Amino acid sequence: MTSRLSYAVTRSTPLSRAAIWLGVLSAAVALSVPLWAPSSFMRWAVEVMCYLVLAQMWNLMAGYGGLLSVGQQAFVGIGGYALFVFAQHLGIHPFLAVPLGGLLAAVAAAATAPIVFRLRGGYFAVCTWVLAEVFRIAFSNVSALGGGSGQSLTVMARMDRPLRETGVYLIAAVVLILASLAINLMLRSRFGLGLTAVRDSEAAAESQGVDVRALKLQVYVLAAFGSGLVGAVYYMSVLRISPPAAFDINWVVAAVFIVVIGGIGTLEGPLIGAAIFFGLRWALADYGAWYWLIMGSVAVAVIVFFPKGIWGWVRNRWDLQLLPLQRRLIVRGR
Amino acid sequence: MLEIADVLVQGIMLGGLYALFAIGLSIAYGVMRLVNIAHGDFLVLASYLALTTIALSGLHPFLAIVPVAIAMFAIGYALQRWVLGRTMGSDGLAPLLATFGIAIILRNALLQIYSADARSLQIGSIATDSLSFGSISVGVFPLLVLLVSIGLTFAVSLLFDRTSIGIALRATSDDPETASLMGIRTGRTHAAALGLSFALVAVGGVFAGIRTTFTPDIGPASLLYAFEAVVIGGLGSLWGTFAGAVLLGVAQGIGAEIDAGAGVLAGHLVFLAVLVLRPTGLFARTR
Amino acid sequence: MLRVRALEARYGDFQALFGIDLDLAAGEVLALIGANGAGKSTFLKSLVGQIAHRRGEIAFKGRDISALPADDIVRLGIAMVPEGRRIFRSLSVEENLRVGAFAGRPGPWTLEAVFELFPILEQRRRQAAISLSGGQQQMVAIGRALMSNPDLLLCDEISLGLSPAVVKDIYDALPRIRAHGLALVVVEQDIDTAVRVSDHVACFMHGRVSLRGAPSELTRERISAAYFGLEAHDA
Repeated sequence: MTSRLSYAVTRSTPLSRAAIWLGVLSAAVALSVPLWAPSSFMRWAVEVMCYLVLAQMWNLMAGYGGLLSVGQQAFVGIGGYALFVFAQHLGIHPFLAVPLGGLLAAVAAAATAPIVFRLRGGYFAVCTWVLAEVFRIAFSNVSALGGGSGQSLTVMARMDRPLRETGVYLIAAVVLILASLAINLMLRSRFGLGLTAVRDSEAAAESQGVDVRALKLQVYVLAAFGSGLVGAVYYMSVLRISPPAAFDINWVVAAVFIVVIGGIGTLEGPLIGAAIFFGLRWALADYGAWYWLIMGSVAVAVIVFFPKGIWGWVRNRWDLQLLPLQRRLIVRGR
Repeated sequence: MLEIADVLVQGIMLGGLYALFAIGLSIAYGVMRLVNIAHGDFLVLASYLALTTIALSGLHPFLAIVPVAIAMFAIGYALQRWVLGRTMGSDGLAPLLATFGIAIILRNALLQIYSADARSLQIGSIATDSLSFGSISVGVFPLLVLLVSIGLTFAVSLLFDRTSIGIALRATSDDPETASLMGIRTGRTHAAALGLSFALVAVGGVFAGIRTTFTPDIGPASLLYAFEAVVIGGLGSLWGTFAGAVLLGVAQGIGAEIDAGAGVLAGHLVFLAVLVLRPTGLFARTR
Repeated sequence: MLRVRALEARYGDFQALFGIDLDLAAGEVLALIGANGAGKSTFLKSLVGQIAHRRGEIAFKGRDISALPADDIVRLGIAMVPEGRRIFRSLSVEENLRVGAFAGRPGPWTLEAVFELFPILEQRRRQAAISLSGGQQQMVAIGRALMSNPDLLLCDEISLGLSPAVVKDIYDALPRIRAHGLALVVVEQDIDTAVRVSDHVACFMHGRVSLRGAPSELTRERISAAYFGLEAHDA
């Protein structure tokens, strides 16, 4: 007598379904914030959301694409300045300038990719930094954009204040939600499969017909687009831009720490990393340089002892996945 | 005509200093494929260590190089042996990220200890004395830096090519697994390589601290110059790195001549140009 | 001299060796044969300390070496000629040989002795080792291993990729290599050669020893059966 077995191939588990509902709930709450929160909270939330998107972009590149960049700030800066160029100088509505900022950053990434891709590994990383510096110096020399000391977004200051703050907040929230959804869906698609293959073994992936170069270029440009959006949104909130701030290495330092501590190459990692990053910042608010010292030490300790980050460790230990990418075989016997 | 020669000479001597920055980076990459993102910050650390050593002992900055170099060797050895060595696995991400984190720790530690005030190392009149070669005047100190740089590059070359330690370093760099089959302790060899890298950085850091003022945050700039020198020169060759550094110095000199603030940019552009036209570098030895 | 009991080895989740038992006396030659992936190279790597996940007993000259790393094991007297030769690319022929002596063991194998064994290497001593022909590179690899004056030499597929004439030259040097009492474990694809040069043969299949004995005891049929996993029918 053979027993009848039914098989199902599925991604979702009870935990992941719960996590998705939690995510939907969080998104709804996030979108409702302007209705009940003070503007100081909204401004802080915009900053948190910007860093989170940036971290997700860096994670996409490094954790999934194997491209470790320390020049992400180039695209943040380009996105930020694009906002000023389009909104302040070309008269386009600032809210519309945000996606344009992303687009400009993506174009810049596509244009410079052939240069930086000539190097690999650590040399690729430092090269992206050189590129960011070139952009910084270039923008410092454009007097129409305020040169080395920067410029204020006066066109926004003229907007009605509650509208402006709500608008910026909602754009930031939408960018975060869309970025998270996009990354999730992308990684579940053929694109994501190819990316994981490249991450695991480039040579093997190439032999299976994966166009490694094209894939890496796409990831690089996509991450630049997201970073450009971050720059545009952030500087729309802060209302003032300058080259040392827009092209500050600390953008990528924050993104790296958030991703590495949370768990590189996982979807849940940046969320945990951001919680720790901002939690520590709030706790050490009065201690200046100590914050970065402790942050850096935590990061190095995690890299040495928990190379997969906190979430990576949790996931391996208890086989948990809130946002699973792998399909499982579920066997139900009769 | 005279100005061009002068610019070239100044550029070459600046290149001599950059070579001291770059050789250490080249060694770390050559022996263990490590790109030390904290390289520039360790250069600044050397400047500060010299500052404290001089304050405590009254030694002349040139003499202070010795204890600082010894201390930096020990730091590099310990760092590789007990921190970075543990992160070396199948992918190159972890060691790179670790050095990134260490750079942040170092920068902020220096900020906490020394504050953001600009410091410098004083050597008296030698800093501004100059010699005349025909109608070109050459600073005594920059010339000294260039000569030391050439000497150290030569010494390190000899170390790699003629000594047993050099053979061990090259073998470990080629194939660490087989090197340990020969009885080479790869952990210690890697640690010695980073120690050597840091000792060279110590010399560079002290000279840099004499040449200009320093603050805790100028590390990244030096990293970029060292990196550009290595890439321009090409991987696998110490003298190639030296040549790359000289070329970078000259490029920056010419750029600064055109416009006061354009020196660094000129260097970046030359670097990018070499990358586009000759990605393996100008003097690469194939490995 | 060498006593292996219940040796198991894993690569991550994949188990390559399942309980290997083997003995080797001083001065003996043991040949390991078997198809690709049977575990022969894994066995050698386990002996020399290159496999991270190994369990079981490995006793060399009475001492348990099952947990020692490679750089300690060579100092105790086990040297390996690795699969694929693994010549150091940046080093000359002479430097490659000198590296072998880093284990610091005294003995008859000096640079001169190796040059006497393989004269062609002395002619090319300053050349980049990687520029030599396959057969000459194999000589460098063997010489390099000998330079550590081992008591046990492990040779992993030294005939791989070489023409029969070159292989013959290399195996002709074997008696001189054994002259000082060196024991050898030789992994060999060519069964005839393995049988010819060895005192004992062990056949590996799927991570286990499927046949063992002296060459005189083993018929072709039994060896083929053990190699391919078929039932043996002795004539």
